[in-house]
Amino acid sequence: MVERLTSGPASVSELAEPLSMSLAAVLQHVQVLESSGLVTTEKVGRTRTCRIERAAMTAAEQWITDRRRGWEDRLDRLGDILNEGAPTEENR
Amino acid sequence: MTPSTVAHDTFVIERIYPVPVSQVFGAWADPVLKARWFAGSADALGAGYDLDFRVGGREVNRGGPPGGPVYSYQSEFHDIVPERRIIYTYEMYADETRISVSVATVQFRDREATTQLVMTEQGAFLDGHDTAAQREEGTRSLLDSLAATLNRGGS
Repeated sequence: MVERLTSGPASVSELAEPLSMSLAAVLQHVQVLESSGLVTTEKVGRTRTCRIERAAMTAAEQWITDRRRGWEDRLDRLGDILNEGAPTEENR
Repeated sequence: MTPSTVAHDTFVIERIYPVPVSQVFGAWADPVLKARWFAGSADALGAGYDLDFRVGGREVNRGGPPGGPVYSYQSEFHDIVPERRIIYTYEMYADETRISVSVATVQFRDREATTQLVMTEQGAFLDGHDTAAQREEGTRSLLDSLAATLNRGGS
């Protein structure tokens, strides 16, 4: 999978195509690679595109990735607050 | 001098929250709740963070690492459909320098007592300002001015 990505970005279904694996299984692999920092993914519409994390990422790319991570963290924090049941929150 | 460059990017983040859409939307509309997750603490409200949640209203946030630049966020709401969507634009500054201009669209979808949130950001990221090298330089100049202050005091 990583080998395929070294030749360029690919969608999850493109990665799954030559492998006899389900999309869900491929996605799980991609998530492991992503959490290890080897691969980054970006979802546009219904397509998740995966690319190899280059050591020599440009500053702009690194920065945009950081921005996205900042949002991921914030939306996770929102989830934590919502999970508390927000007892003082009035339902409108 | 920093070259004049622009990088464009779009990213989409999705989350499913196990609560009704009214609660999720409320956490974007209520200044105290939003300060908690957006600025990291309810204490930030009125102390760097402010939210005026209406079309034409603005939101601001300031913060940054100790010794680094002060990052400020300034947004304006353009479209608010309760429990459906919020569209706003925002600028990010590192000290006085504008480093990005973005359009953010947040969509809320009611999924039988749970809520799907889809956040799309389309941004113009300017001049590669926010690089590690610049952060380092910011720290260094702060340390220099600290050293200058200490020298003055010691003479």
